Amino acid sequence: LSSAPESPSEDGRPKWDNKLQYILSCIGFAVGLGNVWRFPYLCQIHGGGAFLIPYFIALLFEGIPLLHLELALGQYLRKGSIGAWNTISPYLGGIGVGSWMVSVLVSLYYNTVLTWVMWYFINSFQEPLPWSVCPLNENRTGFNEECYESTAVNYFWYRKTLNITPDIAESGTLQWWLILCLAACWGIVYLCTIRGIETTGKAIYVTAIFPYLVLTIFLIQGLTLPGATEGLIYLFTPNLKTLKNPRVWLDAATQIFFSLSLAFGGLIAFASYNPTKNDCEKDAVTVAIVNSMTSLYASIPVFSVLGFKATTAYWDCLDRNIINIINEFDLPEESIMRQNYTSWINFFNSSYPEKIAGLKLKSCDLQEFLDQSVSGTGLAFIVFTQAIILMPGSQAWAILFFIMLFSLGLSSMFGNIEGVFTPLLELQIIPKSAPKELLSGIICLICFLIALCFTLGSGSYWIDIFDRYAASVPLLVLAFFEVIGVVYIYKIKRFSKDVEWMTGRKLNLYWQITWRFISPLLLLIVFMAFVTLQMQKPPSYAAWNPKYEGFPMKEEKVYPPWVQAICVLLAALPCVCVPLVVLFHLVKQKCRRKDPRLVPPEVFSCHGANS
Amino acid sequence: MLRALLFTLSVVAIAHAELCKPDAQNAFKVRISIKTALGDNAYAWDANEEYLFKAMVAFAMRRYSSKSTTQISNVLLCNVTDRVSFWFVVTDSSKNVTTVPGSVVEAAIRMNRNRINNAFLLSDKTLQFLKITSTLSPPVEPSTPVWLIVFGVVLCLIVAGIVFLIVSGIQKHKKKNKESTEGENLEEKVEVTLENGIPCEALDLKAGHINGVFAADDERFTSL
Repeated sequence: LSSAPESPSEDGRPKWDNKLQYILSCIGFAVGLGNVWRFPYLCQIHGGGAFLIPYFIALLFEGIPLLHLELALGQYLRKGSIGAWNTISPYLGGIGVGSWMVSVLVSLYYNTVLTWVMWYFINSFQEPLPWSVCPLNENRTGFNEECYESTAVNYFWYRKTLNITPDIAESGTLQWWLILCLAACWGIVYLCTIRGIETTGKAIYVTAIFPYLVLTIFLIQGLTLPGATEGLIYLFTPNLKTLKNPRVWLDAATQIFFSLSLAFGGLIAFASYNPTKNDCEKDAVTVAIVNSMTSLYASIPVFSVLGFKATTAYWDCLDRNIINIINEFDLPEESIMRQNYTSWINFFNSSYPEKIAGLKLKSCDLQEFLDQSVSGTGLAFIVFTQAIILMPGSQAWAILFFIMLFSLGLSSMFGNIEGVFTPLLELQIIPKSAPKELLSGIICLICFLIALCFTLGSGSYWIDIFDRYAASVPLLVLAFFEVIGVVYIYKIKRFSKDVEWMTGRKLNLYWQITWRFISPLLLLIVFMAFVTLQMQKPPSYAAWNPKYEGFPMKEEKVYPPWVQAICVLLAALPCVCVPLVVLFHLVKQKCRRKDPRLVPPEVFSCHGANS
Repeated sequence: MLRALLFTLSVVAIAHAELCKPDAQNAFKVRISIKTALGDNAYAWDANEEYLFKAMVAFAMRRYSSKSTTQISNVLLCNVTDRVSFWFVVTDSSKNVTTVPGSVVEAAIRMNRNRINNAFLLSDKTLQFLKITSTLSPPVEPSTPVWLIVFGVVLCLIVAGIVFLIVSGIQKHKKKNKESTEGENLEEKVEVTLENGIPCEALDLKAGHINGVFAADDERFTSL
């Protein structure tokens, strides 16, 4: 009983101004901060160029099929996630509710990350950059102790930005500067999503294209830096032995899955504003390939800059040793250069071993500096900012870098907010006469107020928790149910006909095989492996504690039980929606079956085609 | 006569050697890095530069304490290496064969550090007096932090944008309302929802009979 969908002009649903807006929105949603700060890290630790093999296999068998599924679903049913899944089957409505919940949780913490980016952005206009120098201590005889023992960059991030507490149980106070930046960020999100896709469609032209411009500029600049080639060689040299480790395959699968922003409901919402006769197959392949290519493209400047930083650190290490030796033996300046350092050190080791031992020279190894791999916020706010200080014209580079990160994150926020906004609009939370601006305003205001928790001293620990638990396991579960729901409950034959009707050509065998068997199987394996791995290591976190003996190393602490309970809640809540809704409908049906007189007279419904 | 002169000279030389040697009491080590500071414009460290150094130390001593009568000959340099580094002491001409206390010398150098650095075109880092720490200058802090100004600009832009969009939305809404009321006055309400050829209003749902067989809700949903 599939009703023919209405043509766009009749149902009053907003639509994209042109196809480009839709494609850019999907690409912007998929391409986010993870493409810049997670993919290069994974490439580095999993054998460089060899990582591309499991990555592209995962893209082929997991990424593209699931993406096509979601886009086709949204485009055919022309509803947001909750409405779409209710249409497929009310028993599967829980998937929509779960997706909606995940979108809410992710919107909360994702915008706080953008708050940090904005804070760094507005601090980039100073000369010298505030994270390049340590502040002085009270009696001005030396530098602030915490800053001196770690580095100026670390100090600015942990103290001046986060004002982090040494333990997650200590909440600390609200940091007023972060609250200001948070308000500004939610203001920008409200500004861009105020009328749904009408406004995001215009904003996406800038936020989706601008990062590519900046990445190109950084690429050109990065390649001219000394040490860039070392970084690139290190990144791309394939080490095929790593492929034997199943962890590599798991990381590739999860990276593809999370990178494409599947199961958030945002993609379904975007596709639902399309005209139905649109080639969703081509769109899916395009978006997935552009996303992966962007990851690759972004890793080149990232690794040029990391190579440059490692080389500079190596040279600094050598220079410090050289100065120590020159001072100790009163040799003339510039007698020992970096090139003949090794021959000199051998000479001294043989002739004056005790003196050399007394100097406590650090061993300088370029490989060691290159091996220091960081991902996530550490890469952007500590490693990259340090590299930027070393570049000439650091203010300009810092400003460009942080605007780029902001646009990347903002375009992903559009997708998250659409995943929250569209279902609420369809559920008609606010009366139809009220303007859309009111709903988006309410959503942004509520999210801003809840996100104030993340501006506490312990805020960044909480963001790590949300990132690890709310945005990982539930998505895998929901995506699994999505595939099973469409293929086995809605029935693949029916879905193939729908897609054929939309694209105008028969469904390829590739889609049939991946949707029916390969993708669900892969998702199941990935989910089980992922959960097993998470269970194996105790839920711990690394705390920044200046009073720790090993400072500036971070202190490994275990989450207290109440925090662990919250972690479980975050992971379980969206997943549990699925069986809960099934149960709810079963119970409702049983109640109805018991008393046929209670059947509501909705058979001759005049609300128009409701399905 | 000659022998007496030679004798005095040798005594003075030995006395100087006693006073100025590495790790002597009240002696300071100086380390100079000219090539690091000046690169290609580096000058060579020779006897003239040493003379200037003695003069600067004597100047510093005189400036620090107005009672001081330090002469250039009172400043003794020794153990000059290729690095360039050397030790120096300041002798007290009033009391024979003694050195000025280290604390006095340190205070004098500290007070005039800037003048001494500039005489040699060097800085605190390249003209090092080991054991004498320098006071670090605080970073320049503008009255309003720069970031607050930038934030203000960003916030103004955001607020302006939001106000503009809301106002334009309200105007569009008003225009649409005016047009729709005009449209309603012109044409009759032709919109009647039909169901099986019967207008919905005609169907009195309360009076109709419901056939229990077809009343199950399941038919609207996809069969499992």
